[in-house]
Amino acid sequence: MKIKKLDNKVLLKNASIIDPLKENQSIGDVLITKGKIAEIGKVQHSEDIKVIDCSGLVLTHGFCDLHVHFRDPGNEDKETLESGAKAALAGGFTRVCTMPNTVPPIDNPESINYVIEKSKLLSVHIHPIGAVTKGQQGVELSEMGLMHQAGAVAFSDDGLPIQNGLVMRKALEYSKMLQVPVINHAEDECLRCNGLMNEGSVSTKLGLSGNPNVAESMMVYRDLKLAELTNAQLHVPHVSTADSVKHIAEMKKKHSMITAEVTPHHLFFSDDDLINYDTNLKVAPPIRNASSRAALISGIKDGTIDCIATDHAPHTMHDKETTFDIAAFGLIGLESCFGIVKRILVDDEGLSLMHLIKLLTISPRKIMGFDNDLLSIGKEAELVLFDDEEKWNFQKTDVMSKSINTPFINRELSGRVKYTISKGHIATCV
Amino acid sequence: MFNHSNFLGLKNFPRADIQEIIDTAFKFKEVLDRPIKKVPLLKGVTIVNLFFENSTRTRISFELAQKRLSADTVNFSASSSSLKKGESFKDTVQNIEAMKIDAVVMRHPSAGSAKHLTEFIDAKVVNAGDGTHEHPTQAILDMMSIQEKFGKIKDLNIAIVGDISHSRVARSNIYGLVSMGANVTVCGPPNLIPENICDFGVKVSYDIDEVVEWADAINILRIQRERMGIGLIPSNREYRRLFGITSERVHRIKKELVIMHPGPMNRGVEIDSQVADSDQAIILDQVLNGVASRMSILYLLLGVKDKDRDED
Repeated sequence: MKIKKLDNKVLLKNASIIDPLKENQSIGDVLITKGKIAEIGKVQHSEDIKVIDCSGLVLTHGFCDLHVHFRDPGNEDKETLESGAKAALAGGFTRVCTMPNTVPPIDNPESINYVIEKSKLLSVHIHPIGAVTKGQQGVELSEMGLMHQAGAVAFSDDGLPIQNGLVMRKALEYSKMLQVPVINHAEDECLRCNGLMNEGSVSTKLGLSGNPNVAESMMVYRDLKLAELTNAQLHVPHVSTADSVKHIAEMKKKHSMITAEVTPHHLFFSDDDLINYDTNLKVAPPIRNASSRAALISGIKDGTIDCIATDHAPHTMHDKETTFDIAAFGLIGLESCFGIVKRILVDDEGLSLMHLIKLLTISPRKIMGFDNDLLSIGKEAELVLFDDEEKWNFQKTDVMSKSINTPFINRELSGRVKYTISKGHIATCV
Repeated sequence: MFNHSNFLGLKNFPRADIQEIIDTAFKFKEVLDRPIKKVPLLKGVTIVNLFFENSTRTRISFELAQKRLSADTVNFSASSSSLKKGESFKDTVQNIEAMKIDAVVMRHPSAGSAKHLTEFIDAKVVNAGDGTHEHPTQAILDMMSIQEKFGKIKDLNIAIVGDISHSRVARSNIYGLVSMGANVTVCGPPNLIPENICDFGVKVSYDIDEVVEWADAINILRIQRERMGIGLIPSNREYRRLFGITSERVHRIKKELVIMHPGPMNRGVEIDSQVADSDQAIILDQVLNGVASRMSILYLLLGVKDKDRDED
């Protein structure tokens, strides 16, 4: 992958332009002048314009991921803001929200500032999410107001579920004043116990302790009821079970400020795939069984699930190349995301490409209140160009992250990102 | 024809190969009755016994089996806690393999560790127990003992009693016995029996008296309090009353019930002393058969077979 500064004038010629906001599609050109969209439609070519032939490529809003772990500060051997930004560009993402479970956690305005300052020169928009509680201990609220002023876009103790219902209630109430979502990693720690994978027939065969569906769905239910009670904005991350989808669908009918995301890996795998103890499939929440997977797909189709988020979670080789019980939870997902969800949702499940694009662009932006009208004159170019037809095998060389903990190596994906344009730069992905 | 590079578990292990291991084990049992209990079948073969978890009988049983076959053996024991803070598992085993060895017999507290080991080393791997996953050599010796007692395994009623959830012995026995055509019932407190155990082709009962009445042989598992996150059994006396193989229970039934236990026993909890020491218990036969079974497995994996010799 090459990242270059955009030339003064760049013409993206003959692209299939899909605007998920206006819900239209047409063949045309986009002229970018000094990093901003200058013209859309049929653009006259002149000498000083650098032309990129985009025939056969779809041009749309750059993807937005509400859930990544860039491990910076503290675990720079796994990822840094720089390497995470490269992984994002490789996957077509121009905007990401970083989770605060770093070392130390991002639980104060100074730390929010660190992320924002360090990200300024990077060619991806990086928005820090602040911790809900001090030290992510689940006890005392952190300085949410000051963090919000410093640029935090949401609050989460991701990785560490907020167990105390009162703390969650107070966080939701407080967040109303800031008009940002609270994102709770929904797992009941007592029920989860030391569960290493989904509880079921496969966990029994493998002799691995199971994490039951109810560990998630009961916590999702609690959070939904608290959001209803407080009239606050709740975003449910990485939904993995059928019951969670059901609870979310029901609450959405009563309370409008509920949103939910699902990850590509929960859409792709089921727990049968763990039969060889692949530690790259050890993730929290766990990969569930085939019927949960089907429920997630239906949840996307009927609109219960609002967006795709990768939960990009880098770990070193030695964190993963060990026995299943002590291997770290998580997998990287930015680079492979589009090829996975295009294959599962569009090719296999018949979802429209327009719907898929919305799940990656306007839906997540709407949740965070980011600008959604990207294909308009004068807007900073924040675009992705992909070949929606290309079938390709995901390889180690496609990974730009510092870590390689992905179960998708050698898997056939469908749809491939070619260029990502963001913050005055163009990444040539393939 | 036995053709396996490792012996990791009995899940999907061919029935004919289980039978071959058992048949070969009976031949080795004859060797153990001789005054000179040694054959040169694994001369020049080096085996490392890698025990990351405490074990007395399994380790001694393997070591004896290796010595009886004239293999060179090295023992390595490490508590899992010292491994956690020191060298990684991968580094440890790769270092050991670098010293040119032919096979590793491993016990490890993590499920899947035996499979994991095969990803790092070329030496043959024998699983001597991996967490709560499998303990296939124990299942072989249990089946050998059943065959020795009844002359067959097929169509027998075999009960496995105790903590099924956390038992590698139960899993391997279930795979083996079901494959060999036995009827298997598991019995124990419902919170120690996974809901989906029926998928393994076994029946579930919570009534020990009914099970004792039904079974030809009963394999009694050790109640392993150390494996449980929370005390799942209210008390030892409650367990003994509800699931213990007490002498009253055994005497109440009309027929002879064969009593098995993989050891070590908690006398007075899952089994009464009078039962453990009775004539119907074959617990010490199991121990001797363990040596023969392990000789058989090691020979079939590592020995130069007659057929190979012919081809040379």
